[in-house]
Amino acid sequence: MAEFRMPSLGADMTRGTLVQWNVKPGDTVKRGDIIAIVGTEKADIEVEVYETGTVRKLIAKPGEKLPVGAPLAFIEVAGEAVPARMPEAVAAEEAAPAMPPVEAPAPALAPTPPGRVHASPLARKLAEELGIDLAKVQGTGPHGAIERHDVEQAAAAKSAIQAAAAPAGEGVSGMRRAIAAAMARSNREIPHYYLATQIDMAGALRWLEQSNLQRSMEKRVLPAAMLLKAVARALVEVPELNGYWVDDQLKRSSDIHLGVAVSLRTGGLMIPAIHSADKKSLEELMNELRDIITRTRAGRLRSSDITDSTITVTNLGDLGVETVFGVIYPPQVALVGFGKIVERPWAVQGMLGVRPVLTATLAADHRATDGRRGGQFLDALSTLLQKPEAL
Amino acid sequence: MNEASIRQAIADSLRGIAPEADLDHIAPDANLREALDIDSFDFLNFLIGLHSRLGVEIPESDYGKLTSMGDLVQYLLAK
Repeated sequence: MAEFRMPSLGADMTRGTLVQWNVKPGDTVKRGDIIAIVGTEKADIEVEVYETGTVRKLIAKPGEKLPVGAPLAFIEVAGEAVPARMPEAVAAEEAAPAMPPVEAPAPALAPTPPGRVHASPLARKLAEELGIDLAKVQGTGPHGAIERHDVEQAAAAKSAIQAAAAPAGEGVSGMRRAIAAAMARSNREIPHYYLATQIDMAGALRWLEQSNLQRSMEKRVLPAAMLLKAVARALVEVPELNGYWVDDQLKRSSDIHLGVAVSLRTGGLMIPAIHSADKKSLEELMNELRDIITRTRAGRLRSSDITDSTITVTNLGDLGVETVFGVIYPPQVALVGFGKIVERPWAVQGMLGVRPVLTATLAADHRATDGRRGGQFLDALSTLLQKPEAL
Repeated sequence: MNEASIRQAIADSLRGIAPEADLDHIAPDANLREALDIDSFDFLNFLIGLHSRLGVEIPESDYGKLTSMGDLVQYLLAK
């Protein structure tokens, strides 16, 4: 019997709230299935199961706030003998007072009587939390039912209007608190060093524009995807930047999972991962980038999206920023920053011309690497971007 | 395709990207991406939305011509 536990979904997460179960006792599940939604300070996250088998018991109830590691459910792993008695879940039972029983799956929707609003339980809960009047929300679910993303969209519109109207400095959101905790820890614990280099992007952008002529608009590749590919390839050459600082030592990761900083319209940011980025083609990376940005902004991230990053990449070029001095997300040991591609005078073999130039920066943990290796990484990045067709 | 249908297509394409956007309050010569606070990913999605609604293919080399709302409407009218 395996325990499905409250996951750690961030460096500073100590507790999480079980928002919703997607399964009930007796359901069969396979590794990777999303069986629950857990709320963190930053967002609600879809949590995957790591076993294949049958759900035997749901211990935690929606609404319960539990410490990381607390058992949430028991999964009977396929092929294992079934115990005569279910193990006790002490941690979960101690964690919170009695809550309402786990809700049964919602019944099929009947036609909507006049004046009544059809909405999923999660949408209702979210609407209540966010102060959204469901009567004013347009549902996009079956029979016009209001679903979570409808409420989120309404909330996004509302908060944008409020943000524009509210004076600065009022209130601190859970998102802001989570970012503050992680960044404070980073600045407290990590001795950062910074390096920057300027990269001539003329050839790479020309090549990408030519390649995009062969693609439909929906399949076009953005320069951001090309930069991610170059980072992943450069990390193969300088693997010390890819991993974690744990127990006073560098633990390199054999996989390269790029954490991509994605800003949210409601404020703050999330850093979901693109897995095994070095092994993916440019088109595959663009598809993954599209997928994670869309899911991040729709509030549909999975636990593996936000726990696996081995390094972070942030691109602030769209905001007009030319140089990024990032803060490493612990326990990672490096962050790569990209600024805006700007036209600059550029001399090559004694000839002066105007080229699109990108400033790439590296923030690295001096406990894990030194400036020499950091410099080699940026040099590899620049070299790779001079031969984009080989990426 | 007239100006009204283009403006409607622009509004529809932006609905899922910048739902709070009030197009009536964006000056014709204002930088569209700055006014709407949309990044290159959202901008591409916006153009894909226009493509699917109006059937207009917008080559990457023309992105620079689409800075403001006025630029965009004129560009699409000419297509």
